[in-house]
Amino acid sequence: MYTGLRGRLVITFTLIAITASAVVAVIGYEFVKSRMIGRAEHVAVSDVRDTLEGIRVPVGGLWPGDGPPTDEEISALQKSLRPQGGRVVVRYEEYVYPDGDFGNKDIPGDLAARATQRMVAKRMTIRGDMWLLIGTPVWRIEPIHTAQPTGMIVYVFAPLVEEDRLLSGLRQPLAVAGVAMLIIALSLGLVSSRQLLLPVRRLGSAARALGAGHLDTRLPVHGQDELAELTATFNDTAAALERSVTELRSLEAMSRRFVADVSHELRTPLTAMTAVTDMLSEEAERLPPEPATAVRLVLREIKRLRTLIEQLIEASRFDSGTATLNVDTVSIADVICDCLETRGWSDRVRVNVPEGLTFSVDPRRFDVIVANLVGNALRHGEPPVMVSAHSTPNGLEVKVRDHGKGIPAKDLPFVFNRFYKAGARGDGSGLGLSIARANAQLHGGTISVRAQRPGTLFTVWLPPA
Amino acid sequence: MKVSESWSDHLIRVLFALCLSFVTQQIQPSPGRMITTVAGVLLVEDDPSVRVGLELALTRQGHSVTAYASGEEALEHIKTRRPEIAILDVMLPGIDGVEVCRRIRRLDQLPVILLTARGDDLDVVVGLEAGADDYVVKPVEPRVLDARIRAVLRRMESVASDRITFGDLVIDRGALKVALSGREVHLTPTELRLLLELVRHPGQVLNRRYLLRAVWDHTHVADSRLVDACVQRVRAKIEAVPAEPEFIHTVRGFGYRFSPP
Repeated sequence: MYTGLRGRLVITFTLIAITASAVVAVIGYEFVKSRMIGRAEHVAVSDVRDTLEGIRVPVGGLWPGDGPPTDEEISALQKSLRPQGGRVVVRYEEYVYPDGDFGNKDIPGDLAARATQRMVAKRMTIRGDMWLLIGTPVWRIEPIHTAQPTGMIVYVFAPLVEEDRLLSGLRQPLAVAGVAMLIIALSLGLVSSRQLLLPVRRLGSAARALGAGHLDTRLPVHGQDELAELTATFNDTAAALERSVTELRSLEAMSRRFVADVSHELRTPLTAMTAVTDMLSEEAERLPPEPATAVRLVLREIKRLRTLIEQLIEASRFDSGTATLNVDTVSIADVICDCLETRGWSDRVRVNVPEGLTFSVDPRRFDVIVANLVGNALRHGEPPVMVSAHSTPNGLEVKVRDHGKGIPAKDLPFVFNRFYKAGARGDGSGLGLSIARANAQLHGGTISVRAQRPGTLFTVWLPPA
Repeated sequence: MKVSESWSDHLIRVLFALCLSFVTQQIQPSPGRMITTVAGVLLVEDDPSVRVGLELALTRQGHSVTAYASGEEALEHIKTRRPEIAILDVMLPGIDGVEVCRRIRRLDQLPVILLTARGDDLDVVVGLEAGADDYVVKPVEPRVLDARIRAVLRRMESVASDRITFGDLVIDRGALKVALSGREVHLTPTELRLLLELVRHPGQVLNRRYLLRAVWDHTHVADSRLVDACVQRVRAKIEAVPAEPEFIHTVRGFGYRFSPP
């Protein structure tokens, strides 16, 4: 599913949408973040500067070397400098005045060094929270209106907690928006891929309909793009296919009619000749030897001709696909015995078939199979000729065995071929076995042959109906 | 080297032939033997060679044959001289053999055998339903045709001389007549024979193979269509509602049974 055209389209579309929205979100987030924090820093720094400018003496009046200011003065200073929620750590010479839990330890060394010269600000995380640390020396301006260091450095810790919280508050909606984006992109992708692939699917089902035999399937052509071209090509191909199949079908119908006509035509002269064979055969006895032989020869050949033509017509029915199967549930023992009795073979063949064995076969075709196999065994093999049948889990098995010289090994694979007569020249048409096999195959079964010592074994297998 | 025959040889041959014909007249005819019983055979076959050939063969077998090339001519003939059996080729110009059979059946229960080109044609089933007693497949060996003719004619021999009654149905086995509610029912020899066979074993299921051998010639290869078509025709004639038979019942997968209500 995921590797198909539709899957690929949907995945590509979704990836593009996700990437685009992710990029936009990240850029936006970073932008907002920098602006927000920048503004906070700016405000904090200006506040410190403003406050420091308004600072009163005595802090403002310190000179380097003077004694440290009093605790009250330091507190007052801290209070005035302290931003909302912030801390102020003051350092004078070597004295450090902490504020709350903030002390010297929270001031990084490099900032402390730089803070002795000028105002420095740095964003840092102290104990999990974000702070802006502003360090600046305090200058005195009065009375000579030049800035001179007082030796005091103040470190103002301004909390960025608010900004931090705002930003993280921003992250969550962005994530939700991202997921929503994914869902929307996926849905849109599915919908649009469906739209795109609709013509492709239509082509697919049209091709299947064509394959199923509806050769008049055509599709309307819209537009000028590649799909339209493909549709037009499909229509042309379908039309060509329809034409050639119609031609083939009419040729097939013609050949079937030919088969039917031929059979009728061939039968008529044969019927006329066959009608008088008995009479001629009897009369031949009263003829002198040579004409008698001639008459008997003609009668024999008429019989051969009859067999040959019957088999040719049967074979051509199999070829043209007009052979039909009419199954009936019959007693196999009965059918085999009838087959032998009709041809006068009952006392030359040993039959071994269970009494109650019934099976679904076409009785006429089954008779043809048995008659051919037994006839061959009697004509070309040696007694005893045995016929047996039994049912197996796969169906019905019928075996015909003789004890003669057998079929030469080189001929065995070809015995079922048409007109293949392994050394039995001048006898039979060579079609019997191929017809027997075709009859078995019409049932969905088959016939196989195996050499025996002595003789040959033919095995017929027919599946259950 | 030709040996001249003396008058004694001729005499012996004639005497022998006489004895033979005397003897063979007493025994049941078997297929292929030349018996001098005459059956008036009506043959309808359009191909001249086949017609001549069959006529020759049937005549040789002792039947008297009248042959026609079309169904129309044959039907005309039947009006003036009723044959004992009709042999009809299915493929005829004009009205075909099956139609001729149908028209014969409207008036007569004369035995009909159809000549078909192929044993599993639809024609055969249609022909049997139209009332034919039997069929042979062309090219037909004359002895086979003879056997079928004799088999059909044998059905007209009565086996008993009694009358049995089953409710409205009265079967006179001596006169070979069947009456339903007093009205005579006209059955062909084959239909009659089939009914008699079923009646001979009342309440017993007879399978189609048995019926085929008992009623028809046993050289037919397992063709149960003959039996089925004949049963249908008998039912159409003796049952009040053929679709719901009272007398002849079908036992699925086994055969037929005669058990009157």
